Amino acid sequence: MSETRTGPSATALQAFGSGRMSRGRGPLKRVLRNRAAGVGAVIILIIVLAAILAPLIAPDNPYTQDLGASLQGPSASHLFGTDSLGRDVLSRVIYGGRITIPVSMAAVIIALLIGVPVGLASGYRLGWTDSIIMRLTDILLAFPSLLLAMAIMASLGVHLWTISVAIAVTSIPIYVRLVRGEVLRLRDREFVEAARCIGVDDRTIIFRHILPNGLSPIIIQASLNAALAILNVSALSFIGLGAQPPSAEWGAMLADGRSVMQVAWNVTTFPGIAIFLVVIAFNLVGDGLRDAYDPRSRSS
Amino acid sequence: MVAYTLRRIIMLVPILFGVSVLVFMMLHLTPGDPARLIAGPTATPEQVDEIRTMLGLKEPLYEQYYHYMNRLVHGDLGQSVITHDSVTSELAPRFIATAELSGAAMVLAVIVGMTFGIISATRQYSIVDNVLSVLALFGLSTPAYWLGLMLILLFSLHFGWFPAAGRGGLSHFVLPTITLSLFAMATVARMTRGSLLDVLNQDYVQAARAKGLSESFVLIRHALKNALIPVMTVVGLQVGQLLSGAVLTETVFSWPGIGRFLVDSIEARDFPIVQGGVLLTAVVFVVVNLIVDLLYGIVDPRIRYS
Repeated sequence: MSETRTGPSATALQAFGSGRMSRGRGPLKRVLRNRAAGVGAVIILIIVLAAILAPLIAPDNPYTQDLGASLQGPSASHLFGTDSLGRDVLSRVIYGGRITIPVSMAAVIIALLIGVPVGLASGYRLGWTDSIIMRLTDILLAFPSLLLAMAIMASLGVHLWTISVAIAVTSIPIYVRLVRGEVLRLRDREFVEAARCIGVDDRTIIFRHILPNGLSPIIIQASLNAALAILNVSALSFIGLGAQPPSAEWGAMLADGRSVMQVAWNVTTFPGIAIFLVVIAFNLVGDGLRDAYDPRSRSS
Repeated sequence: MVAYTLRRIIMLVPILFGVSVLVFMMLHLTPGDPARLIAGPTATPEQVDEIRTMLGLKEPLYEQYYHYMNRLVHGDLGQSVITHDSVTSELAPRFIATAELSGAAMVLAVIVGMTFGIISATRQYSIVDNVLSVLALFGLSTPAYWLGLMLILLFSLHFGWFPAAGRGGLSHFVLPTITLSLFAMATVARMTRGSLLDVLNQDYVQAARAKGLSESFVLIRHALKNALIPVMTVVGLQVGQLLSGAVLTETVFSWPGIGRFLVDSIEARDFPIVQGGVLLTAVVFVVVNLIVDLLYGIVDPRIRYS
């Protein structure tokens, strides 16, 4: 990864902007050239589009019951078959993206919005602020993530927004530590010293000079974290602590299909494939970004 | 080493203290009256009051915390709101069931994960490496509980080879162990591959090769030893992942462990059980990681001095 280094002069600092652009262009090209990341991005795009356009493309209403047509296998009229209440599984899988994906993305965004500023403060202020923040992250990291999320759900009650909050809390300490590490790496670099010398205030140094240079590991972490968030959101629904029936959420659908597995394999198979596809897509993008930004840690 | 061990143990104290405070606060973070929540919507005011008395909710917060900590240091986690048995006696047998399953899954994940990682790294960019890398990615992306359901569908319901539910003989272990270990296995495989590749490019490995040592000797004597240090950390962290995954695996396979029990207890609003279970798993996780860190200090003496 190329770093922008500038001498201690105002003109050099102005050139910083253009340097940043060229830094961004190289890796972006590499990401686009990375076939796996491209495949991941396309899968995400298709599933997100399907979720947005669900009312237009879903063959049936996902909540309309037809008890006369329950537990049918895949056929021309129901490509993925029907569930125990005769609802069209394909339509439910398409609609499922409307719950799982936004709830998971909200979790990632909440974690970023809290984790990044706290990590910046921790790494830049150091001293007491840093010690306290680090001990708090230690405490949160002491809980296995799904158990922490379950405990939060038990306290706050089961709503869609509490799922996002619960999943976010489990990943906040990861962002805090990551960002703090980046700040520590960058805070004594020449270009930061230079900015400090010409009297730039802390806020500008942090947000204009340190954050943009430490952005790539944050983006990589966010995309890998999105994969994990989708797994955890659907897991919470699966154990009954997330989206509730009759909601067409993938994890909830799996839980629903469990009792009829012996007679209808399709009800559990297809929502699982949907989760798997989105998760692998985010993992592919994350891995691709990491390969592009940090060739040392190549994963495949 | 003694000083290092002591220092690490002392560092645990504030973490465990923080964990206990968070677990204590769980009940108090609930919106509304926790006693009413636990008693349920159909409870009479007398029943709600009984629960309030039982959980000591009438005392001021600092006194509640004092009693809670006082009981905790004596190994008393309170009593179940539903069965009125002590939380410790409810959790103990289930904890053993979870430990058995997680232990089996960990062993499987480490053996298979490391083997695959080593095969991948020694044949970088070969077909085998590519196949294993894709498999590892699949392992990281498959929802464990879904895999469990698919395994039941195929090997229990269709072929009838393994039991679909419950805890018993060796055959009961097969499907849940595979289900639970998959994510950890993939993580260990990736980490082993990456770490070994790093080491294989180091000067001292080149030097060993240049001396004319056989490739397998270089791998075993020189490379693996150093490559496995970061893998150890990942294995320690996977314990947390296994304890999380156990909740799902136990639900799918009706395994009478702590994870499934916690899910049931949350549904039954049995807060003392939930608090005790979460506290216990967090303590286990922290202690396992301490042990890993200490082993780390033995394997790599450089760590003790930094």
